[in-house]
Amino acid sequence: MTTAVVVTRLVGRPRYGDRALAAATGTAVAIILGMLAIVLFDVVRGGVGKLSWEFLTESPREGMTAGGVLPAIVGTVCLTLLMTIAAVPAGVATAIYLTEYASRRSPLARLVRVCVANLAGVPSIVFGLFGLGFFISTVGRAIDNVAYGGESVYGRPCLLWSSLTLAILTLPVVVVATEEAILSVPRELREASLAVGATRLQTITHVVLPEALGGILTGTILAVSRGAGEVAPILFTGVAYYLPHLPSHLNDQFMNLGYHVYVLATQSPDVDRTKPLLYGTALVLLVLTLLLNLVAIWIRARSRQHSRAAA
Amino acid sequence: MTSPSTAQTGEADTPAERGARSLRRQGGLAERAAEIAIHAVALVSIAAILLILIFVGKEALPLLTSPEVHKEVTPIGMLAPIERAGQALYMWQPVSDVPKYNVLPLIVGSIKVTLVALVFAVPLSVAAALFVSEYAKGRLREVVKPAIELLAGVPSVVVGFFALVTLASWIQATFGTEHRLNALVAGLGLAFAICPIVFSVAEDALRAVPRSYREAALAMGSTRAQTVLRVVLPAAAPGIAAAVVLGFGRAIGETMIVVMASGNAALLDASLGRSARTITATIAQELGEVVVGSPHYDVLFALGAMLFTATFVVNLVGERVVDGMRRRLGAGS
Repeated sequence: MTTAVVVTRLVGRPRYGDRALAAATGTAVAIILGMLAIVLFDVVRGGVGKLSWEFLTESPREGMTAGGVLPAIVGTVCLTLLMTIAAVPAGVATAIYLTEYASRRSPLARLVRVCVANLAGVPSIVFGLFGLGFFISTVGRAIDNVAYGGESVYGRPCLLWSSLTLAILTLPVVVVATEEAILSVPRELREASLAVGATRLQTITHVVLPEALGGILTGTILAVSRGAGEVAPILFTGVAYYLPHLPSHLNDQFMNLGYHVYVLATQSPDVDRTKPLLYGTALVLLVLTLLLNLVAIWIRARSRQHSRAAA
Repeated sequence: MTSPSTAQTGEADTPAERGARSLRRQGGLAERAAEIAIHAVALVSIAAILLILIFVGKEALPLLTSPEVHKEVTPIGMLAPIERAGQALYMWQPVSDVPKYNVLPLIVGSIKVTLVALVFAVPLSVAAALFVSEYAKGRLREVVKPAIELLAGVPSVVVGFFALVTLASWIQATFGTEHRLNALVAGLGLAFAICPIVFSVAEDALRAVPRSYREAALAMGSTRAQTVLRVVLPAAAPGIAAAVVLGFGRAIGETMIVVMASGNAALLDASLGRSARTITATIAQELGEVVVGSPHYDVLFALGAMLFTATFVVNLVGERVVDGMRRRLGAGS
């Protein structure tokens, strides 16, 4: 029996003020979750009628008033896939450096930490400016000048630059989740591994990382969910309103679910006709991102239980 | 209770760690190469921050240095009013015969929607954090916490869409606002978006308050409510302040919600029922249309650089406060 329980029993039943505070704070929780429920309900109610196999597998037709959103789904998947390929190895390596190599007092490690934390707070539209100014105008142009004789191949908005911009935006998500997971690996496992003669790196790759896999997976899924929902960073770095073809090269432009919602909602000449399509697209995006989040929560809960059972 | 993090980050190295360090040096060439790669990749985040600073700043620089650009706009001209018919006018009209680049309406617009968001989100989120840290137990806690954090999983473009299509109509029907899309609608949308971060940081802060504080207060005969309001909340105050600061940073940098829900007219007034235009929305809407390297292009990058600097400072302050509080309260339980 904990001291708090003893004290609570000594003091007796909760008094009037206690109930009031519990009720007030509980109401706040209810209001926040109520807002979530209202948004979900509105999007589901508006979009569920539109959801069909055709909607998911056809291209838009008749000036975006009919057809489906296949190119936007494919574009979003390609974008987040490339983003993941770039962000996850970098994020995991950063977390390994912070937890396994750097000493706590290392100024460099502290700088890395500050930068990761601040990267998470940079407004997403600034990432868009950065992608345009750095990846497209600087790196892309340089590639064009060196490899393509100045022809515009990579010096323009495309899938590659959008993915890399998003990779930098989601890097902190991967780093934080991985770091947390690595820190919860018991030190005894490392010591045992080192004691039987494994090198530092072998210990990391064979003992620490497998143990931390759940956390790395959680971080990856959250990063994918974040990347799939972001629109501001890709506005100027590669997204297109309508394309007749699916993207097939790194330097192709692409369509995107979030951007599709934005354009349909703000620039449609005939709002009433596009509205069902708009709700449908928003629902697809919402289901995609929320499912990913739920999976991440589930994995995290499971791996916590697992580590609790092991401890 | 020793958390894994204190075990990992304790002051002195254990013999095993020192041993591990010397063992590390014995690794083969391939191992050395892999370790160097890990160290190099770890610097990506530092490089990213520097490159953002350099490349956003670089495109904004002509605003300070280029006489060509100064023919159309100067840094002072972005703040000073235009005199017309005896009136001082602050106007953002970059696309007109005589382009006008006064940023004051944009700054006021950004601050207006951000304040609305904070007014709604902070009391709700802090109260919810109190509920989760002080009242919710076991299963309830494990459901409520991830559920609130799930709000962060809703893409901002979906929140913006909801605000644009549904919320705006409700608000107009209820308050009879002058414009259908306005600062209030955008602010409420933003409140939805920042609730999870304010909640998370505040809840962390409350949990970092040692249990001994609560037990001492209860032992002195105070009720739970008194303990929470007079002991726990004041002890966590710096962390809650940090939560507000980080929420502010998030709200002022949010783009898609405001671009969809605020109406985007650059009006300089304090009214919540009228359309507003924020810094982020301005960049999002105008950058796609401008000629690369034109004065307008430079001005938009300057707005971006301003936003980056502001959020960077805000976040730095917020994290400092959180760290300081953790240290003072002895790293919590």
